[in-house]
Amino acid sequence: MRFTRTSKALGIVAIAALALTGCGAGGGTTEGSGDATGDPNKVITAYSNEPQNPLLPANTNEVYGGRVVELLFEGLRTYDADGKPVNALAESIDSSDAQNWTIKVKQGQKFTNGEAITAKTFVDSWNFAANSKNLQNNGFFFESIAGYEEVSAVNSEKTADGKTTTTPAPTAETMSGLTATDDSTITVKLNQPEADWSLRLGYSAFFPLPSAALADPKTFGENPVGNGPYKFEKEGAWVHDQSISLVKNADYSGPRESKNGGVTFKFYTDPGPAYTDLQSDNLDITDVLPSNALKTYETDFQDRNATKAVATNSTLNIPPYNPNFQGEAGKLRREALSYAINREEIAKVVFNGTRTPAKAFVPPVIDGFKEGLKGSEILKFDAAKAKDLWEQANKIQPYDDSKPLQIASNTDGGNKEWIDAVANGFKNNLGIQAEIQPFAKFAEVLNLRKSQQLPGLTRAGWQGDYPSLYNFLGPVWGTNASSNYEKYTNPEFDKLLKEGLAATSTEDANAKFNQAQEVLFEDLPGLPLWDQARPIVWSNNVVKAETGWNGSILYYNITAK
Amino acid sequence: MVRFILRRLLQVIPVFIGTTLLVYYMVFALPGDPIAALFGDRQPPQAVIDTLRSQYHLDEPFFVQYGLFLKNLFTFNLGNDFTGQPIAASLARVFPVTAMLAVEALAIQAIFGVAFGVFAGLRRGGWFDSTVLVASLVVIAVPTFVLGFVFQLVFGVQLGWAKPTVGANADWGSLLLPAVVLGLVSFAYVLRLTRASVSENMNADYVRTATAKGLSRPRVVLAHILRNSLIPVVTYLGANLGGLMGGAIVTEGIFNVPGVGNKLYQAVLRTEGPTIVSIVSVLVLVFVVSNLLVDLLYAWLDPRIRYDQ
Repeated sequence: MRFTRTSKALGIVAIAALALTGCGAGGGTTEGSGDATGDPNKVITAYSNEPQNPLLPANTNEVYGGRVVELLFEGLRTYDADGKPVNALAESIDSSDAQNWTIKVKQGQKFTNGEAITAKTFVDSWNFAANSKNLQNNGFFFESIAGYEEVSAVNSEKTADGKTTTTPAPTAETMSGLTATDDSTITVKLNQPEADWSLRLGYSAFFPLPSAALADPKTFGENPVGNGPYKFEKEGAWVHDQSISLVKNADYSGPRESKNGGVTFKFYTDPGPAYTDLQSDNLDITDVLPSNALKTYETDFQDRNATKAVATNSTLNIPPYNPNFQGEAGKLRREALSYAINREEIAKVVFNGTRTPAKAFVPPVIDGFKEGLKGSEILKFDAAKAKDLWEQANKIQPYDDSKPLQIASNTDGGNKEWIDAVANGFKNNLGIQAEIQPFAKFAEVLNLRKSQQLPGLTRAGWQGDYPSLYNFLGPVWGTNASSNYEKYTNPEFDKLLKEGLAATSTEDANAKFNQAQEVLFEDLPGLPLWDQARPIVWSNNVVKAETGWNGSILYYNITAK
Repeated sequence: MVRFILRRLLQVIPVFIGTTLLVYYMVFALPGDPIAALFGDRQPPQAVIDTLRSQYHLDEPFFVQYGLFLKNLFTFNLGNDFTGQPIAASLARVFPVTAMLAVEALAIQAIFGVAFGVFAGLRRGGWFDSTVLVASLVVIAVPTFVLGFVFQLVFGVQLGWAKPTVGANADWGSLLLPAVVLGLVSFAYVLRLTRASVSENMNADYVRTATAKGLSRPRVVLAHILRNSLIPVVTYLGANLGGLMGGAIVTEGIFNVPGVGNKLYQAVLRTEGPTIVSIVSVLVLVFVVSNLLVDLLYAWLDPRIRYDQ
């Protein structure tokens, strides 16, 4: 009795509140004319967040800025949905020796402010991006071009307290290997032959910039002017912490022509509210689902979801400075750990199918991927073999179990669940103590990895910059490479990579890269875990949507009703 | 009166320095390199990292960093956050939104809380009183985030009466649903405070006198009972305003309100000392001013209270 009264009273409060709400929140979207091909003028709203930097292609190395930059600009090449590079502004890209390249640029192309795009535009933009004093995050993408050393030179100084500070000190303003011979021809000389160099040309670092960007990058980055399928709706279309509004660029004629009228990126600090907005058609598409929705999104968005394998993988790195994992015994132990991970089951149960067990150090979506490389059998779960190898190792050198084996990770973003599962696998199959070493923030783990103070295992992930085997191997496992924090080094691996780069055909190059992977399987500096599949969901306003090779939504391909 | 206000304003200085120093130190002590954290797995060239670090004085010792922050503050130049945006501009964007949200929530809890409380207090033990008592207990017992999700789901998604999130271009209408959620718990407290105070004052001598003088019932209730019952309520509401401005992180998160709470949350994630402390500084001022207003309201509500003694 009491309870019915209560609910009645609550109802009164709620209705009083809602009477007010009702009048406030009207308006909203206007209905478009819905047919199967979609309404080409409809503006899509998409999930995003505040970009971290002014929107300059060569300075944008995070997803939320990257997705905008990729729509605003068009480079020499672009990638189709499967990651195959297709020429965009390039008429042709040729090289007979993989070291000297001649690029013909299409004529008559313009930025939306009317400025013409010529070979010189590219040369200027690339010199700008590579110059260390311009502090562009993606400057190192030009490292293969002759003369990059001089343009990107830095001064390292030791301060009184023993810290090193690096300041830009370029000794040249232009790269000697990069010239515009005429309005339509760029010639590039690389430091050494690199067969897959032309694959990179679709990456955002290589996009052309109008002269205003070079003169005042910071101001330009607030209101960028590009040549891509979309443009800023107006000056100030980037409302900080709220949204970025793009509209179709009517003058664009390239492989990525827009099928809708524009894209408005709405910023969310959390994917939860975005999911709710999608359920009520207040947001049209998202590529980030809250972790609790991974099990329900297929029923919540029946016929309005898609999941596709993308070029992102995860590994569990084993630091060479942990004595337990050194020498012959260490090698056996690394193999034992790999056999003790039930990738299949974790991918199914914990990730609900949004991960597929790794088959190599490179995800299968990358061209040149090969299954069944020598040594890749360690990726199969085999409890008996794991135990056996572990015991063999103990005969060589006893395992120091004074401390449990820790797996370091930031615990946000749903990492704890799978690490617990992996740790339990180690416990049950190897009989050792294993646990998560939790950190509140990614930066803490990264710092410890950089300073070699993380004796346990570390979670690591890599998302491809451009669809190439090399991109998953060189920057991650090469000696002194930018993301090789555990400082793995093997001269044979480096040599094979170099030979792969020097190969004149892509097939030869890929064969070398796959051989290099076999070296990794021999050494196991990290255990490949799984490759990602990216689920996306969309609202009732969208007819069809898909993701590209790297998991980004192909916004220009979205049809709306 | 003027001296009282001046004295109160002078008290702001030590409070201000104390809180900012403490908060700044806590941010400083957080582990992890904030510049490295900006980039994740894909680190930029070292020169970029070092330049950023010296630009934000992260290579300086704590007191130098704090001193530079104070200097910036007093020259009205808050500097830039780690994304290169001026902090002053982002404060100017987020504070009006949260102020709207807080004022709306405060209005809801003040108007409905006092009205329901007076009604319940006047007929103590009646059906309305007991219903409202139980209902408010339920509201107090349910955490804000549960209320938030339930309201969002029911009114935003299923019934579609309101937009489930706020997002860009926040206005009074779109902020109403989060304001209701934000104000609901305090509404229950205000209701209970008013009810207790009113039912106590109903039996006071001056009420009997007023009734005996032949004053109309509304006048007795409004001018005598209510006005005397408001002191605890006003104290609570005043203290609550600061809490609403600074404590709306959960509500702003659920409804994606581009306000102070969301900004603060992101700044904490990025270990952005200057942004965090700038926000906290403004919140300190809000607390101080709202408490001062409460103290000044006392004299209006109860003329026996004097300040200059």
